[in-house]
Amino acid sequence: MENSAAVVMKGITKTFGSVIANHKVNLEIRKGEILSLLGENGSGKTTLMNMLSGIYFPDDGQIFVNGKKVTIHSPKDAYDLKIGMIHQHFKLVDVFTAAENIVLGLREKGRLDRNAVATRVREICGRYGFEVNPEQKVYTMSVSQKQTLEIVKVLYRGADILILDEPTAVLTPQETEKLFNVIRNMKADGKAVVIITHKLHEVLEISDRVAILRKGEYVGSVPTSEADELSLTEMMVGQKVSLNIDRPEPENRTLRLSVNNLSCVDENGFKRLDSVSFEAYGGEILGIAGISGCGQKELLEAVAGLQSVSSGSIEYYPPDGGEAKLLIGKTPKQIRNYGIALSFVPEDRLGMGLVGSMGMAENMMLKTYEHGFSPFTSKKEPTKLAESVRERFEVSTPGLSTPVRRLSGGNVQKVLVGREISNAPSVLMTAYAVRGLDINTSYTIYRLLNEQKEKGVAVIYVGEDLDVLLELSDRIMVMCAGRVNGIVDGRTATKEEVGLLMTKLDRKEGDSE
Amino acid sequence: MSGKTGIPLVRIAKRDAVPFWKVCVFRVAAILLSLTVAGFLIMAITSLTGRPLNPIDVYKSMFDGAFGTTKRIWITVRDMLLLLCIGVGLAPAFKMRFWNIGAEGQILVGGVVTAACMFYLDALPTWTLLLIMMLCSLIAGALWGLLPAFFKAKFGTNETLFTLMMNYVAIQITSFFVDFWDKKQSHSVGIINSFTNAGWFPRVFGQQYFLNVVIVLAVTVFMYFYLKKSKHGYEIAVVGESENTARYAGINVKKVIMRTMLLSGAVCGLAGFIEVSGISHTISTMTAGGRGFTAIIVAWLAHFNSFAMILISSLITFLDRGAGQIASDYNLNGFASQMITGTILFFILGSEFFVNFRLIFRGKSAERSEKQ
Repeated sequence: MENSAAVVMKGITKTFGSVIANHKVNLEIRKGEILSLLGENGSGKTTLMNMLSGIYFPDDGQIFVNGKKVTIHSPKDAYDLKIGMIHQHFKLVDVFTAAENIVLGLREKGRLDRNAVATRVREICGRYGFEVNPEQKVYTMSVSQKQTLEIVKVLYRGADILILDEPTAVLTPQETEKLFNVIRNMKADGKAVVIITHKLHEVLEISDRVAILRKGEYVGSVPTSEADELSLTEMMVGQKVSLNIDRPEPENRTLRLSVNNLSCVDENGFKRLDSVSFEAYGGEILGIAGISGCGQKELLEAVAGLQSVSSGSIEYYPPDGGEAKLLIGKTPKQIRNYGIALSFVPEDRLGMGLVGSMGMAENMMLKTYEHGFSPFTSKKEPTKLAESVRERFEVSTPGLSTPVRRLSGGNVQKVLVGREISNAPSVLMTAYAVRGLDINTSYTIYRLLNEQKEKGVAVIYVGEDLDVLLELSDRIMVMCAGRVNGIVDGRTATKEEVGLLMTKLDRKEGDSE
Repeated sequence: MSGKTGIPLVRIAKRDAVPFWKVCVFRVAAILLSLTVAGFLIMAITSLTGRPLNPIDVYKSMFDGAFGTTKRIWITVRDMLLLLCIGVGLAPAFKMRFWNIGAEGQILVGGVVTAACMFYLDALPTWTLLLIMMLCSLIAGALWGLLPAFFKAKFGTNETLFTLMMNYVAIQITSFFVDFWDKKQSHSVGIINSFTNAGWFPRVFGQQYFLNVVIVLAVTVFMYFYLKKSKHGYEIAVVGESENTARYAGINVKKVIMRTMLLSGAVCGLAGFIEVSGISHTISTMTAGGRGFTAIIVAWLAHFNSFAMILISSLITFLDRGAGQIASDYNLNGFASQMITGTILFFILGSEFFVNFRLIFRGKSAERSEKQ
């Protein structure tokens, strides 16, 4: 065993039901090194790290920390071994201050000495370049501040091995840069850092070594200096892929949707949308960029008739050149009959677009079940549609009546997107359409969106990956705190420009989780 | 860390989809196991009295209590049908995840209007009277179910509390009418129309409970197709799964909630009609007798499948009748028989856990236990 190995995992296997999350995985984490754990969604990265941090217990295999064999039963065991994990979803108490969150769960004897805690927090911050105010309450923090706090919390507990699960998913490019600086400082301090991610350019930028998982199995590891995007993708996917997204020139652009001064407030009185105005054209892909929770969801739902609005107007211009129709005040059903399809993929995929307990076929008829006069539903058409979606998108499911909840995230997504595209919309709104999809399927989706665009459909694409947005969209609308902060040309805009627009406004209001 | 033994003794892991036959094996195993445990329980209790009983004899007497004579069989069937009817009534509500624990009240109001018809319309021809009673009980139950649904849909009130409190309102209404109709100051209305038998279910083909069978089976079959095949049933399933998905699909959630509870309440009201007109021929605050709650178990255990409910309600009724018989045969009081019923239900409900999860013991690797 090498001296520098902080953690060695040998033959780790973990299954959930018949799903094999990890199969005989071997992994080595070294001191003073930044390791990227790369793999598509569902390839078992998070599961593997959860076993290291005591959330799950492996079915099989051994873990060595500093050369000694260990068993990790709980997160506390992990902390005792100086292993700390920063989860994708923050585990903080909103009403507590930063310092209170840091000491929460520590079983130290005696009274809580706030000054001592604050001093140590400042000391840690100073060493690595964090900015944390120990007395600030968590609910007043921005997403990136919360993440910083999570890292400090782990360091406070003396962690030498840090695991960050998709740390950049919620950050802007500028914040990401700041985070990377901190990570480099930690590396210089001799700590072992693992970053779970599926963003290739970040892998190349930050890490020293890349370990790759595919479908729960360990593929291998390579020094970052010897890797490039294409070679990593091949290892990740297991076959050659081309990483180019087409962007055909828009033809016959026609005004399809015109939104004017749209505003809405949530139940707490927060303005979720603030005087949003924009136009969407048939034959064009309009990208929408923004940090999550800054109004994209509300905007799409308002167009689909699912969100009540306080003021403003939405006009729809039918492709046949008929009269403009006002969408506000219409039911979702009426709006749908105009040909506006919303394929919305919220965090909880099954919470809105699909019915988890039903099979593919029954999910296909979610929007069409009412057709016909019979009081009974007909399963013939939906079954046919399900069969074709299954074939076209290569959905892997035991059967058309298997509850979609049992399918993997990527397959669930394929079912949803497949249904939305197949009902021939005139406006197609997608939110996070490729979240959870493997690279091949993602590119299939991009191709399908382009196909829709060429058919004259107005495509609205809400995305989180700026690189994809810049490659796919004709125009990009950047939202920030419920407002439109600028609409830029997708062909000429730069990532920095968009990133800046995402954060420039005062962020207190629109920022939730 | 070295002090720990390593792998925990038992771990719980989620099972994948289990084939139907395997589920049946679990259920049958649970019933057999529960009968064994209950047997030992009986021996333990009776040995306290100095006369330990043979569990086999006890089970014989349970069977005898439920099926010993033709009359007993019919009573068991009659009770089973009533429970089934209420379970079928609750199924749409629970499938929609509307926690209707107000079946008791819906049964009672159905029973009260039935009794009122028997008192005031006893001059009408039998079948006309029956039809009117049926309609009235359906309407009364439906209104009782609609009220909490209306408030839930309009104001988002909690249906669990609302339906529960509606039960107490129904009980108060019932005791008012019992007092109102009670002419002998006996605190009960006695058997209604005991001389004329007006408004009683007539014997058909010589069978007293023939109509009960016909009505309940008709409702059961109807509900099966309503929930499984109809557009309404589809809407109910979607709303039950996620209201957001329902809104997204363009379903009018409020309308579905109210319509479904109208139906659920109506069927429960119908159960009140069957109880009063077809079984007891009287009305009291005990008319529902807790069946509105027992039926919740029936609906859930059957996963809202009407035909599975026939099995579950049969089992529960058998246990109930059998336990009563033991009590009288062996001079045990009611608690002993309830313990048996409780033990058996415990095992049946517990088997649900093993359908969904499996245990992994230390020393077995995941792959080996997977094969078993």
